[in-house]
Amino acid sequence: MAWVIQTLSSSLGRKVIMSLTGLFLSSFLIVHMAGNLQLFKGDNGRAFNEYTYFMTHNPLIITISYLLYTSILVHALMAWVLTRHNQASRPVKYAYSKPEANSAWSSRNMGILGTILLLFIIIHMRTFWFEMHFGAVPMAEYDGKQYKDLYVVVKEAFSQWWYVLLYVICMIAMGYHLSHGFQSGFQTLGIRHKKYTPLIEFIGTYFFAIIVPAIFAAMPIYVFLQVHHII
Amino acid sequence: MKLESKIPEGPLAEKWARQKFSLKLVNPANKRKYDIIVVGTGLAGASAAASLAELGYNVKAFCFQDSPRRAHSIAAQGGINAAKNYQNDGDSVFRLFYDTIKGGDYRAREGNVYRLAEVSVNIIDQCVAQGVPFAREYGGLLANRSFGGSQVSRTFYARGQTGQQLLLGAYSALSRQVSTGKVKLYPRTEMLDLVVEGGKARGIITRNLVTGKIESHSGHAVLLCTGGYGNVFYLSTNAMGSNATAAWRAHKKGAVFGNPCFTQIHPTCIPVSGHYQSKLTLMSESLRNDGRVWAPKSKEDAQKIQKGQLRANDLSEDARDYFLERRYPSFGNLVPRDVASRNAKYVCDEGRGVSKTGLAVYLDFADAIKRDGKKTIEAKYGNLFEMYEKITGENPYETPMMIYPAVHYTMGGLWVDYNLMTSIPGLYALGEANFSDHGANRLGASALMQGLADGYFVIPYTVGDYLANIGPADKIPVDAPAFKEAEKKVHEQIDRLLAIKGERPVDDLHKELGHIMWEYCGMARTAEGLQIAREKIKALKKEFWSNVKVLGDSQEMNQALEQASRVADFIELGALMVEDALNRNESCGGHFREEYQTPDGEALRDDANYAYVAAWEYQGDDQPELLNKEMLEFENVKLTQRSYK
Amino acid sequence: MKINLKVWRQKNSNTEGKLVEYHLDNVSEDMSFLEMFDVLNDSLTRKGEDPVTFDHDCREGICGTCSMYINGRPHGPQTGATTCQLHMRSFNDGDTIVVEPWRARAFPVIKDLMVDRSAFDRIIQSGGYVSVNTGSARDANEILIPRTIADEAMDAAACIGCGACVAACKNASAMLFVSAKVSQLAILPQGQAEHKERAERMVAQMDAEGFGACSFTGACSVECPKSISLDHIARMNREYLGAKLTSDNA
Repeated sequence: MAWVIQTLSSSLGRKVIMSLTGLFLSSFLIVHMAGNLQLFKGDNGRAFNEYTYFMTHNPLIITISYLLYTSILVHALMAWVLTRHNQASRPVKYAYSKPEANSAWSSRNMGILGTILLLFIIIHMRTFWFEMHFGAVPMAEYDGKQYKDLYVVVKEAFSQWWYVLLYVICMIAMGYHLSHGFQSGFQTLGIRHKKYTPLIEFIGTYFFAIIVPAIFAAMPIYVFLQVHHII
Repeated sequence: MKLESKIPEGPLAEKWARQKFSLKLVNPANKRKYDIIVVGTGLAGASAAASLAELGYNVKAFCFQDSPRRAHSIAAQGGINAAKNYQNDGDSVFRLFYDTIKGGDYRAREGNVYRLAEVSVNIIDQCVAQGVPFAREYGGLLANRSFGGSQVSRTFYARGQTGQQLLLGAYSALSRQVSTGKVKLYPRTEMLDLVVEGGKARGIITRNLVTGKIESHSGHAVLLCTGGYGNVFYLSTNAMGSNATAAWRAHKKGAVFGNPCFTQIHPTCIPVSGHYQSKLTLMSESLRNDGRVWAPKSKEDAQKIQKGQLRANDLSEDARDYFLERRYPSFGNLVPRDVASRNAKYVCDEGRGVSKTGLAVYLDFADAIKRDGKKTIEAKYGNLFEMYEKITGENPYETPMMIYPAVHYTMGGLWVDYNLMTSIPGLYALGEANFSDHGANRLGASALMQGLADGYFVIPYTVGDYLANIGPADKIPVDAPAFKEAEKKVHEQIDRLLAIKGERPVDDLHKELGHIMWEYCGMARTAEGLQIAREKIKALKKEFWSNVKVLGDSQEMNQALEQASRVADFIELGALMVEDALNRNESCGGHFREEYQTPDGEALRDDANYAYVAAWEYQGDDQPELLNKEMLEFENVKLTQRSYK
Repeated sequence: MKINLKVWRQKNSNTEGKLVEYHLDNVSEDMSFLEMFDVLNDSLTRKGEDPVTFDHDCREGICGTCSMYINGRPHGPQTGATTCQLHMRSFNDGDTIVVEPWRARAFPVIKDLMVDRSAFDRIIQSGGYVSVNTGSARDANEILIPRTIADEAMDAAACIGCGACVAACKNASAMLFVSAKVSQLAILPQGQAEHKERAERMVAQMDAEGFGACSFTGACSVECPKSISLDHIARMNREYLGAKLTSDNA
């Protein structure tokens, strides 16, 4: 097994860990987004609550969720290790540097964007995940069955304008993070081809960097507007 | 001194095979008992160091650059010749031999040149096996092109970067040997003296360019693969660091110097733009396949162009003089390098040159673009046009290029026998550093061939013979008096340079030497001019040693000190070049003495009196050197006069 | 033209350096950037001040020796060119130009603008070759290499080893340099026998030298004087992972 450790501790191996966890987290986003679309249903949260019940009780989903928590931790931890290593690779900085001439801002600031996202995830999980698992969430009854009414928590959280704003900002950060991260993940794995790389770039740019964050950002805005009877 | 060329007996085609058989071999188990010093890591040095290490010898490889990969072989553009006859167009080893001898104006040895042509085919095999990405046809076979007016397509190439790719191939072979521990690499280290004891080369004295430390290195044999001396002219296509110091110091220790006046001038270089110019950039000769060379017919027009009042495109056809086409109707713009260069000089001497300095002629692609379309021309020369535009800021698709000749290659060098050994036993010279197989003029795409032939396929055989004869015990330690004395002399010279504290920076003096050499010992030479040069160089030497300004000290990185030490040698070598040019009362190849020309203005050889290698022997500081002659015998070719009318 | 220079001056690797200002009048726009430095050094020498040490050799863009970080970019504002190919016409009268050495842990400063790039040599020594002894090659045309493959290998082989990729990278990563060699030999049939070991060893050496990891910003390729493509980095990643998963080095 020495070779596994040796591989994963090389600069390329570390990037592979970043890539695999990152791409896994990207795929999770699709599921998470699809599920949360229930919020737009206008049924006072029934579909949403049924969905959250399913997510917290299905054994396969529960298993995957542990993989997800691990991925977040490993992705963040490895990013920290890599950043330290990368910074140490240039102990004396340039007095005058003009990186904007040769590279995109997002590609150079994945660490900052990632830190924002990590803080976001902590806040996000404290607000919803923690409440769902350990908090006092009121119950709702549909067709004689009891459900935790997470929708109430959602409404409460998103009724505050600054909380909505925080979410929107974090989703913009996620857009930038993914605009570079998704394509970069494939590059790290060596998946680059004249025919397929344009497709990867397209998905990375339009789907993961624009559509997904936009839909996520739309959720708190929608709830905010509804709670305040603006729509 | 009696110079023995040691060319083996027998028919031309069998000489090398016979020699290989008669050379002594070193027992495989004994090879590790021999140490070989290789100075220079260009094509010749890197290939020699790698091949000798593969055989089992212990090799020390030195270069002044920060990496062996940066040696100036890297800058060769065009290609490498080999008598593969892949194109089925009538090439053969004998034809390559014949073209090389004839192209060299019959001033090279038949035996050496034949061997060069013979091993040329192995070079291509070797390089391809190393992963050199030569140009290919669609089906996967190697592509060839015709080069430098050759009648057959025998030139292999890797875009316009053939030298780079061949050097990286040799460098990779060298790197492999470094990883096995058989080669110890000394980058940023310059050889400053040769140690000779008991009549044999014993090692070298070096300076670590980073720390300034002077060190001794002892070996059984020393190989100088240090390139040419074109930088005597200050402005040349050589790299800024290219120098003659190793070869010159070996010369002063007894190695005779062959044909120093044979220098090659390349006609298609980018002209000088001002006094600050540090180097000249060559553009591939292939440009003359489609470009038409011209200058204004009248001096008045030329002057207006020089002052910027008139542009090339403003001149009508009848105001232009396509001087090569006019003088050489059958070869036109494709006359050999020396003829094209000389004619450009004449036109400029008449005051008809263009550019701000008046030292340039036009190379015009307007007709070719009209005929073949811009696309075709771009496909052929796109990268050259781009390079030209980068340097001059002018677009050659719209306005004619300006070109002027520049010093490019030196055929002369340390005299060597058939085994590449100099006149000092145990000291070898390879590649451009030796007086070489090119006679008085080198064919295009033959320099790379010679460097690699010497390193990969000649020296591994011939050095073994010498080593087997002397035995492993015949080596002296670095604390022997011969080393200590040489070290002391090196220290003394460095201290002397630093102690002068004069007024003039090194480059300034180097430029002055360059002007003298270019003016009097350049494209066209006269006895009168050479005598002027002789006096001027004498005065310059005095000026140098009394007025050079080198700051800093010797125990640190000091580029001015490095340069000063090289320029000191260039001045002495320049003086010898002038002597050699004065001695050779004929015109041949790159050596054109105006007194010796045909009524048509062509080079006039004197085979009866000058069919020899002029091998100069050092006699002490400021003493005239002694001329030794190695007579050249031609048994397989008939000496003819060139004509391009 | 008048040019103001701020040049990094550092006596040797053990001392601290700083930016020093110089003013040059009469700079011609036809001068190369290095010729402008020649002029500066000439005037410094005449004044009795230590001239600026900088690496340079062929001055035609192929040897890879010159290495200046000019106004925040390796080899200056032009792309596809080395410092020696940069001309003063790329600047304006009165400009201030900041010139620094390559900055990387693996490229320590020797003096002023000169750095030690021997790490690149050691990476090549670790596996950037085909193991073929002189004299043991078969006929060159026996190895068929389609033109497209030869061209792609040549694109990678065009690397001049100048280190601009490292200088440009925010992580001082050498991935473009290393991958150019790994990729060249991975594409060609001659490199197949050793391709796994080569990728493993060269990456290990690259890490040992202290270069950073690749963040795929693409700065290296933009600043590369030979415009070497990021495709080669992807190929090296593939080679390395494939080698790690399937080689016999357990």
